[in-house]
Amino acid sequence: MVLNLGLLLRIPVAIGFLFFTIKASGQQRYFAEKPSISFFSDGLVEDITAANQKVTSIFDALNGEIAFLMNVKDFQFANKLMQTHFNEKYMESETYPKSSFQGKVTGFNANSSGTQQVKAVGKLTIHGVTREIDVPGTIEVNGGKLKLKAKFLVKLEDYKIVVPQVVWDKIAQQVEVTLDFAYRPL
Amino acid sequence: MKRFILSLILLSPCVVKAQQDLLQQLEKDTPPETEYAFATFKGTRLGNGHTIETKSGGSMEFIFGHRFGPINGGAYELYGLDQAYVRLGLDYGITDRLAVSIGRTSTDKTIDGYLKYRAVRQSKGAKNFPVSITLLGGMAYRGYPKNNADISPEYEYVDRLSYTGQALIARKFSPALSLQLMPTLIHKNYVESYEENNQFALGFGGRVKISKSMALTAEYYFNMNRPDTSTLPDGVAPYYDAMSIGLDIETGGHVFQILLTNAIGLTERAFITETHDDFFDGAIHLGFNVTRNFQLTKKSRTSN
Repeated sequence: MVLNLGLLLRIPVAIGFLFFTIKASGQQRYFAEKPSISFFSDGLVEDITAANQKVTSIFDALNGEIAFLMNVKDFQFANKLMQTHFNEKYMESETYPKSSFQGKVTGFNANSSGTQQVKAVGKLTIHGVTREIDVPGTIEVNGGKLKLKAKFLVKLEDYKIVVPQVVWDKIAQQVEVTLDFAYRPL
Repeated sequence: MKRFILSLILLSPCVVKAQQDLLQQLEKDTPPETEYAFATFKGTRLGNGHTIETKSGGSMEFIFGHRFGPINGGAYELYGLDQAYVRLGLDYGITDRLAVSIGRTSTDKTIDGYLKYRAVRQSKGAKNFPVSITLLGGMAYRGYPKNNADISPEYEYVDRLSYTGQALIARKFSPALSLQLMPTLIHKNYVESYEENNQFALGFGGRVKISKSMALTAEYYFNMNRPDTSTLPDGVAPYYDAMSIGLDIETGGHVFQILLTNAIGLTERAFITETHDDFFDGAIHLGFNVTRNFQLTKKSRTSN
């Protein structure tokens, strides 16, 4: 009887512990609520800039895994004709509608607060071409939320993005990509 | 104990799910979206007539349409280059779907204007529709001749007006191939005895891209109420259907369209109902449509 009581007491504790671990691991996952990927390219005639704020992203703080996914068509340009050309001619977004990244963030410690220098290594897919990249960035921990920022260069030829000769002087052969993701626990 | 095991079984999928590929999960979580066809044609003109395309909201286009004389004019006319028929036009996108335009053609001193509305867009995904439909309503005022009496004693200013109603129906079959149908009604307030006031034409055409920035185009307007040549009085030149074949070249904000056509008119009334040259008899005109795009709205609209 005494033994049984002890067992009965342990069961809720065990279940509680199980719940706790699952919940705790759940809290290690973050979902981007305010994502923005923008790029900038300086050309001879005009600077080109566009931003995509419809990116989806998940970051797992436990194992550092990170992924983001976007529709190329969601990049917004001030010049709509440029946006059409970007989709139709350079990114060929009818054929390659999505861009994505999948990789691992190293150097992140969920328990310390403030801004941390991190590095992401993984596969970046643009225009149907997947390449291994590593990118330095920062993660700022603030009240349970995370802010990830990174900046890197993308060479158009690496992703087989061909800019027709007649307009080549308007578009630089590499663009600067800026990531700014605000994550909340999933 | 049973409950404990039960909870373990019930909770185990959560643990398994957590180990799933993050990118796959993102892909799975993305709700189905509607993809609208875009860039069905390079410009707002296919050849002589329109495409389903309109200017996007806040952008303006200057369009310079130019036709030379007939190539079969021979060396004396420098194969048509001695003559020029020109339309200067401005197109403006009020919204992404509604555009307005005004233009003037030298040929018969016509001033024309129209509204163009993208009623339906070809889509797939969450919403599915096989074609894009753009509606066009236009009006043209013929300025030539200067005096009404030069036409007939009863001729009034209102007789100089004509109207165009058109449905442009297009499908982008692939990034390279787009085809279009253009049922068109032209109403002319004044016609000669052998002409009809209302003329219905069925236009058809399309484009094939030969590179990222170049496309071949073709366009034909079959006028069902075209006056029959045998019923025409002496001295009146026979009427023909307007057609064109062309090459679109796009460079940044410009579109150059080089055309071979039998029409010299640059408004619907003129080329659909008043073409007197026979394409297959060599009465072919070299022509150009050159456009320049201007983005008028401020950049602040999209910058954050």
